[in-house]
Amino acid sequence: MLKKFVGSLLATRYSLPTLGIIIVLLIWPLLVPRFYIYILSLIFVTALLAMSLNLTVGYGGLFQFHHGAFYGVGAYAAALVLTRTSLPVWVGYIAGPIAAAVAGLLIGWFCVRLSQLYFAMLQISLGSLIWAIVFRWYDFTGGDDGLYGIPRPSILSSTNNTYYFILLVLVACLVALYIIVKSPFGATLQAIRDNPQRCEAIGVNVRRHQLMAIVIATFFAGIAGVLFVILERSVFPDLLFWTLSLEIFIMCLLGGWFTFAGPMLGAAIIVTLRTFVGRHTEYWTLILGVILILLIFFLPEGVMGYLLRIGESANQRIGEAANQRIGESANRRISGRS
Amino acid sequence: MELGQSLSLAALGSQLLVGLSRAMILFIVCAGLSFVLGVLRVPNIAHGALYMIGAFSAYSISTLCGDSPAGFWLALLLAPLVVALVSFIAERALFCHLYQREHLMLLLFTFALSLILGDLVKIVWGAEYRSVLAPPILRGSVPIFGSAFPRYSLFLLLIGPVVAVGLWLFVNKTRMGKISRAAAVDREMVGALGINVSWVFAAAFVIGCYLAGLGGALVAPTISITLGMDHHIIIEAFLIVTIGGLGNIWGALVGSILFGVTHSLGVLFWPQFAIVFPYATVVIVLLLRPTGLLKSVW
Repeated sequence: MLKKFVGSLLATRYSLPTLGIIIVLLIWPLLVPRFYIYILSLIFVTALLAMSLNLTVGYGGLFQFHHGAFYGVGAYAAALVLTRTSLPVWVGYIAGPIAAAVAGLLIGWFCVRLSQLYFAMLQISLGSLIWAIVFRWYDFTGGDDGLYGIPRPSILSSTNNTYYFILLVLVACLVALYIIVKSPFGATLQAIRDNPQRCEAIGVNVRRHQLMAIVIATFFAGIAGVLFVILERSVFPDLLFWTLSLEIFIMCLLGGWFTFAGPMLGAAIIVTLRTFVGRHTEYWTLILGVILILLIFFLPEGVMGYLLRIGESANQRIGEAANQRIGESANRRISGRS
Repeated sequence: MELGQSLSLAALGSQLLVGLSRAMILFIVCAGLSFVLGVLRVPNIAHGALYMIGAFSAYSISTLCGDSPAGFWLALLLAPLVVALVSFIAERALFCHLYQREHLMLLLFTFALSLILGDLVKIVWGAEYRSVLAPPILRGSVPIFGSAFPRYSLFLLLIGPVVAVGLWLFVNKTRMGKISRAAAVDREMVGALGINVSWVFAAAFVIGCYLAGLGGALVAPTISITLGMDHHIIIEAFLIVTIGGLGNIWGALVGSILFGVTHSLGVLFWPQFAIVFPYATVVIVLLLRPTGLLKSVW
């Protein structure tokens, strides 16, 4: 399976750029100050979150509007295990994704029975319920203060090690997501997105597939939550708040949600902007709103979608030109013969 | 938990009344949200931000009048109009160009609008806490069930049904209301009859946002007005509209009462987790009736 995957990855025209990016990311910590290592780590975490959302939004066509709730559940589960119990660290790290997936299963079970808009609103409400509990339960979750100084193993204590660990997990998750998207399950999911009625008619269990997509997506969101805990060593209720969820949604939209890697690009753009623009102004949400409006009006397929379209039309032009040349030489040959 | 102590009948009764009066504000906000949802089929995420603008405008207007009794009434009259104007500008300048686009874009637009309006409030009014004084006639309290009950809450209990009946009359008895209902069901057909659907939508949007502003102006004397009040109200409004049945105005009323009353009972029984009670109620309602208590309009 993996061999086939690597083969197929190397065969595409994206293999060289991908390889280049990976090499740059590997030597990045050797070149730049610590702050930029941290920023890139944060981009990785957010990118994984956006990618996991895109499994349901881009490939599943579901209005997963409160994905941040599962990110928060994953982060809180890990943080609570690490601070409130004396279990080994890896238990906490595994508890995150599992808790997120269980939450995804519970909430998804309610949501998939409803259509688009109801789905979105019910999910926002149920996610907010989780937020309300976390926000109020001072004794257990730390309430609106959150939890600070979450321990991490000594091997992850340096910025560089954290960076490489997060990068490793991100790449592993991306490979897993890619395999899922290209699997028969992924194909069925996209078919459901494009035409649920027809899928139902040919005997596909639409709801079960959607629920499974939600569980998988929330599992990866939980992994992103754990990575956040490793990176920041703190959790706070804002992680579960719905504005964060919509921000992730914007990342998918900005990057281009009908492309595999688009959400990562969107996450990179948003996190970079937030870091550098947010330093100069306290009106970051205003800027985010303006970006979103520009996006809706001028770039609905996202940056990646736009680039791919440009690339494709350029390819097409090259192809046409090539065809023309072949045709001309053929004509010459024919005319030469006669 | 001193249950026996606090659970006197009088406390229960007055807490119920407080819950009901809060439900009236929720209802006015949700009715606007539900109306926009019914006609445009877009859950207006910016509704909470508009509610916040209503509250802040009410503060500014009553402060300009030097906190005189007339200031409050003027604020109640003008603040919703300010909100309606803001929404009208946003609708005509940007939103109306998106009606032909897919649904998700409309939804995301309202989100963008809520982000922008939220920060504009921060720019105009700053991050401090503000408060509005109720006029003398509505200050103080009257004894009901042997405990003091704020007059302002009684005032809210009167206003809520007035708005409900007014909105019902508008939707069912006026030509404009009928057109907007028709446009909700079949946009092309209404357009084919020679009615400018885009303006119908604009009117519906502005009326819905007016109600958000009215809710904001009404809530102003009861709370401290601050940034972030938009996020909380919009989540609650979404929940209420969902359990009431999308687009159904009576559903919004039922949902608001259920939400307000369970919240006030939660305050009585378990103050720390009072906020969880209404949310849990919503979950139970949606378990039993996934599409809301009353019939959705679509």
